[in-house]
Amino acid sequence: MAVPKRKMSRSNTRARRSQWKAAAVALVSCPQCRSPKRPHVACPSCGTYNRRQVIEPSA
Amino acid sequence: MPKPTKGARLGGSPAHERLILANLATQLFQHGRIRTTEAKAKRLRPLAEKLITKAKKGDMHNRRQVLTVVRDKGVVHHLFTEIAPTFAERPGGYTRITKLGPRKGDAAPMALIELVAEQLNPVTVTRPAAEAPAPAAPAEEAAETPAAEAPAEAAETEAKKDEA
Repeated sequence: MAVPKRKMSRSNTRARRSQWKAAAVALVSCPQCRSPKRPHVACPSCGTYNRRQVIEPSA
Repeated sequence: MPKPTKGARLGGSPAHERLILANLATQLFQHGRIRTTEAKAKRLRPLAEKLITKAKKGDMHNRRQVLTVVRDKGVVHHLFTEIAPTFAERPGGYTRITKLGPRKGDAAPMALIELVAEQLNPVTVTRPAAEAPAPAAPAEEAAETPAAEAPAEAAETEAKKDEA
């Protein structure tokens, strides 16, 4: 089985982890309640999609 | 011949996928709308629509074919007697999938799949209205047709949106 020959330095570990980045979620404002929501997804605060009531509002 | 589905089956094996989809279809016809993951909803849609097409034909052969998927006779009866007549005028597109965003716990993208209950928007009504003024006024045709076509197209896209 292949095993590491050398201990990986903290510097190398941190250099690798510096590429772990979170991307901001794209948001649009809901046409019904104006609260921010994800595009193409039913609004979580008012439960509508295309002004049609899809689910019960969560909040 | 239908192209086989690419990638892994739902649940790990073909048999498990068939069972999952059969159960989802049964629940969909029983309740009218179900909340599931996006992947399952997308796999369920073609199966459910084919079952509804069979239900619209309504004879005993089609009923037996539906019974091989939906095992519950009560649900099949409900599908054939109550759901199928509501879709008599609708040429396909019987279900609607609305995305609901990630689920708490495992962040799986969820979706709501439902039987379309709205009245079908008559698309054909807008077309004769747009074409009728064009032969009557040939001189104004050049000026009128782009304006006349634009509302017709807008109405069509709206109708498509309502169906989708």
